[in-house]
Amino acid sequence: MNVKVLLRIAWDAIVRNHARSLLTMLGMIIGVAAVVITISIGVGAREAVSAQITGLGSNLVIVIPGSVNLNGVRTGTGGASTLTPDDGLAIAKLPKVAAVTPGVGMHTQVVAGENNWYTSVNGVAPTFTYIREWRMASGSFFTDADDAASAKVCVLGQTVIENLFPDGENPLGKTVLIRNVPFTVIGTLVRKGQSASGADQDDVILIPYTASMQRLTGTWFGGFVSVIAVSAADQQSIPLVQTEIVNLLRQRHRIIGGMEDDFDVRNLQDIANAAASSATTMEYLLAGVAVVSLIVGGIGIMNIMLVSVTERTREIGLRIAVGARSLSILLQFLIEAVVLSGVGGLIGVVLGVIGSGAVAIFGHWPMAIPIEGVLLAFSFAALTGIFFGYYPASKAAHLDPIEALRFE
Amino acid sequence: MPGVPVVRLVGLHKTYAMGDQDVVAIDGVDFTLEAGEFVAIMGPSGSGKSTLMHVIGLLTRPSSGQYFFDGQDVSALSADELADLRSRRLGFVFQSYNLLPRTTALENVELPMIYAGVDEREQQKRALDALEVVGVPQMAQHISNQMSGGQQQRVAIARALVNDPSLILADEPTGALDTKSSAEIMDLFTRLNAEHGMTILLVTHEPDVGRRAKRIVTFRDGKIVADGPTAEILKDGALQG
Repeated sequence: MNVKVLLRIAWDAIVRNHARSLLTMLGMIIGVAAVVITISIGVGAREAVSAQITGLGSNLVIVIPGSVNLNGVRTGTGGASTLTPDDGLAIAKLPKVAAVTPGVGMHTQVVAGENNWYTSVNGVAPTFTYIREWRMASGSFFTDADDAASAKVCVLGQTVIENLFPDGENPLGKTVLIRNVPFTVIGTLVRKGQSASGADQDDVILIPYTASMQRLTGTWFGGFVSVIAVSAADQQSIPLVQTEIVNLLRQRHRIIGGMEDDFDVRNLQDIANAAASSATTMEYLLAGVAVVSLIVGGIGIMNIMLVSVTERTREIGLRIAVGARSLSILLQFLIEAVVLSGVGGLIGVVLGVIGSGAVAIFGHWPMAIPIEGVLLAFSFAALTGIFFGYYPASKAAHLDPIEALRFE
Repeated sequence: MPGVPVVRLVGLHKTYAMGDQDVVAIDGVDFTLEAGEFVAIMGPSGSGKSTLMHVIGLLTRPSSGQYFFDGQDVSALSADELADLRSRRLGFVFQSYNLLPRTTALENVELPMIYAGVDEREQQKRALDALEVVGVPQMAQHISNQMSGGQQQRVAIARALVNDPSLILADEPTGALDTKSSAEIMDLFTRLNAEHGMTILLVTHEPDVGRRAKRIVTFRDGKIVADGPTAEILKDGALQG
């Protein structure tokens, strides 16, 4: 008895009872499809979250002013004016710091020709594009020389372009009035989409922070910045950089002992990790449900195989009479169970991939189907077939042929 | 092997445990079946003739006594060795045909060859030959449960002889058939015995069927009560009792 012959016998039996076979496989199909979709949702969601967070910048550490206490009235975090451009320059000299940009933000009305728009105008350094991992769509970003000269140049986000230049003209070289100061457009940014919190990141105009402070807010001398964005050299050095910044700024701001810091250092990696770990928890939860459905599918196969053995008692008796060894009978029914669960598993994988695609489209995240997940689900299905198929098969193999042939 | 009987039973007993009681189905049987014979075992129901058939068919083991099949003592053989003997040297024909449902006649006839390990190309050729011998070659691709009883039994007989066995065992082969089909099946057995030299042992309680055999063994209460050429047994009126 070779395996090929046994496979043929099992396959013939499955095809002969195709309606029942399909119903039997249904549990397995649903189980495997559920596992594949679950894993895909988990991985896709995690990738989407981490893409949003890394989209904020590479190994980003954010320094913002702390709160101040004026006669008992406390402002919120960021309410104080404590950070200076010089703090930024000092941070840039720390080890393991790749780049630093101060940020001076304001919201204001801007005008270009006949169009105007209310948007966010950020004063930053040329390192900004590196820190935020943001590429240019056209033109170029301003340089250190522009910064030194407080040059009246700007770079536009896509949303601003759509509103200031609605007819699709090339904004490069055009003039944009920001608080009645004319800035020349020297570059445009690629579209970045929504931030993790849903804000439109493309609704922005970037100008040299020196120009912002000198020409727009007039706070150049002794002026403060609203944020300092720092890019650590690599992910591992983020905590070190964080500690060093705290020490440096406490020293520079002359904060000693138990005094409250007048700044706050934040690390996006923590947020990213929290989001990723909640995605992983969800993944385990869904995977647990999916595994239960696989087991239920396996029990379904065992039920049908038991019914099938009873129904085919005479067939088994006949096979024994014409010379089948009990091992052949055992293998026949075991292979039948495994083929049922295997084919069910394959159909489940196909449906799972289709389902994952649909979910990815509706969830707006990249479709990710890890091959290990698919293999895991499929081999689990096959194992379930062996496990739950063994009992009915051994029952068939140990039938008394005389009783079996008389069975009505 | 000329001279070696196909079946030789010596002092054979078979006892069943039924609840607390032991039921004696075969009570000391000595019996010899030579190659080329056509024998009918007759007797009322419950006489033990079916049990004898199952012992000879290697489907169950005797409680005591000896059984030589083709000269070989089968009491020492393992279950797998018995299965191999059944597949290569025995052919079964049942009252209820026992064809696989929703399966073609050809596939049914091929079944014993699958277990005997016959080459796949050879299987189809031999199955078609066997269907030819039993007179239903045109039914090869018909589904078993769409055939008449007589046709199904012919396919079953083709299945029994396809491995060219030493012995064909037929258990009430005409029990489910009408008179005309019965006669045709018995014609077929007679022809297989006469033209193909098949050794045939059939169990029946119908005198009309039994008289077609060359030798009749009558059975009662687990014992052989008469054994001889058909003409002699019929003359003695043993069948009427």
